[in-house]
Amino acid sequence: MIAFRMEHVSFTYGDRFELRHVNLSANEGEMVGLIGPNGSGKSTLLKLISGVLPALEGDIHLDGLNLRHAKRKAVSQRVAVVPQQFHMPFAFRMEEVVMLGRTPFLRGFSDGDGEDHAIVGQAMESVGVRHLEGRFFNELSGGERQKVVLAMALAQQPRLLLLDEPTAHLDINHQVEILQLLRRLNQEHGLTIIAAMHDLNLAALYFQRLIMLKAGRIVADGAPCAVLTSSLIAEVFGAYVQVQSHPMVEVPYIVILPPDGETLNATALAASKPSVRAGLGGIDTTP
Amino acid sequence: MKAVLKGNRHAVVLMTLVGFLALSMLTATILGKVGISFSDIAKMFLNKLAVFDFEPTWRAVDETILFQVRLPRVVGGALVGGALATAGVLFQGLFRNPMADPYIIGTSAGAALGATIAMMLPVGLAFLGFGLVPILAFVGALLTVLLVYRLARVGGKTPIVSMLLAGFVISGMLTALMFLLITLSDDLHPRIQSVYMFLMGGVSVSGWQQLAVIAPLVVGGIVAARLLAFRLNAFSLGEEGAAYVGIEVERDKMVILALGSALTAAAVSISGLIGFVGLVVPHAVRLVLGPEHRLLIPASAAVGAAFVVIADLLARTIISSGELPVGIITALIGAPFFIYLLRRTRKEYAF
Repeated sequence: MIAFRMEHVSFTYGDRFELRHVNLSANEGEMVGLIGPNGSGKSTLLKLISGVLPALEGDIHLDGLNLRHAKRKAVSQRVAVVPQQFHMPFAFRMEEVVMLGRTPFLRGFSDGDGEDHAIVGQAMESVGVRHLEGRFFNELSGGERQKVVLAMALAQQPRLLLLDEPTAHLDINHQVEILQLLRRLNQEHGLTIIAAMHDLNLAALYFQRLIMLKAGRIVADGAPCAVLTSSLIAEVFGAYVQVQSHPMVEVPYIVILPPDGETLNATALAASKPSVRAGLGGIDTTP
Repeated sequence: MKAVLKGNRHAVVLMTLVGFLALSMLTATILGKVGISFSDIAKMFLNKLAVFDFEPTWRAVDETILFQVRLPRVVGGALVGGALATAGVLFQGLFRNPMADPYIIGTSAGAALGATIAMMLPVGLAFLGFGLVPILAFVGALLTVLLVYRLARVGGKTPIVSMLLAGFVISGMLTALMFLLITLSDDLHPRIQSVYMFLMGGVSVSGWQQLAVIAPLVVGGIVAARLLAFRLNAFSLGEEGAAYVGIEVERDKMVILALGSALTAAAVSISGLIGFVGLVVPHAVRLVLGPEHRLLIPASAAVGAAFVVIADLLARTIISSGELPVGIITALIGAPFFIYLLRRTRKEYAF
């Protein structure tokens, strides 16, 4: 089953092309990482798939809907989005924020019936934020807030979950925690996940399929070992890397090299290596 | 279980607030410059309801004062307060800005200009019991919002920031125009006091006919606002966040703006520009009861109504000769209370 399909989609902000003639589809149950430098079109692509930006050209189909004509309500009963950063202007409690995920299912005076509350409870349970109930959203830590927003997205009971750099601004433990959570949702509930990722090593570890974007075009699409090559990374990111193999899993592992003609502080390099390995090693022991 | 408890809490809170409103309206009906005893008032009411037929122990003029002057004014005050507080909730929620008030996108300046023009015009006109001043104030408020909305519209969208900016600029321009008219017009000089009273705000209801027009508008508006509650909650996520949870952002923004403006215009038409109510009441209620709009909207409406009823009672009784503009009372009570709440809560994000 196809989760979504976009055909010849282009999009511009003013006169600058953000995306050019993109063809892309994903099957249900896939976990896809979008990578590419800032401004390459990752966020724009996510906004097009979520339907909040209309495509200039081309069509996007999603679970039987053509996004060009679909109502927001219908779309958001199928697709949920975890944006990069969220600010709440007032002192909402965290469970009230999760309840906002039920918005596409509400009408009129309905405060959400027992079923809505049960779904909100399940969403908080599966993300592991139930114990935060009653706390003010704005008083939570960055990692907790990200999980609450994820719970809100799950309360929409989506078939497709879009995330824009879900691990940005988080400490490494929270980065790993969020990605483990996404993997579990993907494997246990068959949720289709598409996430823009800025950390290439985390992307390689958690996503079976990576799509690399450069200036609004897809330049590579496939398994991490096919996409994360030193030549592609040099071409797309302008960064010099050596691609090694992860010590414990069969995925590429990227080591950043100093730019030509410079030598990197050898002690800094030696000091950073073991800590990175320890962090990643910790993941594989978790089931 | 939790949901049921929450529902009960809402009901208890709302019943308490409505009780408080009823009590304040009763007090404002009993008290006044002209002393009428409570038992006389009770008897007059029972007679009106045709339940009893008490012998009048009061003067005929007392009955006129009670039913034709005081009671319409109390009801009018409640409607004005409910409308302004609800409009305040709508604008603060939509703009995600606790500093927003019902006048933020230019309704006040538009209404003031409309009222000034009406005072200059030599013609006397009445429509459904309304004189020219309330009518032009109402029209001025709505035209200004339309203009601001139109100016802020770029490429099929109306970004909130451009709306606030357009509102600010248009307000400034209309206020300047109003003062220009006042300065240039000789006719207005004798009536400068009325312009001044309009700007300071004061509940002026000239009978039941006006209320028969305003009441359905305000009550219907508050019910409609309550229907929009879950959408306003979603707008807390920002426009894009609201779209992610299924809100038709541009459509609902227009509906919320239109509703807030209609409520404000209705209030302005019978009360001039009463400040502070639309800003402080939603804010204070939010600090105490939380930002969830399902409770915030009806609770603010009840508190706002009671607030204006009490302020108006003070305005007409506190000095022995004449009366004070209500706007002065709302500011003098509202501001210190507000500061107290802010100091007590001290959560930066809480307001």
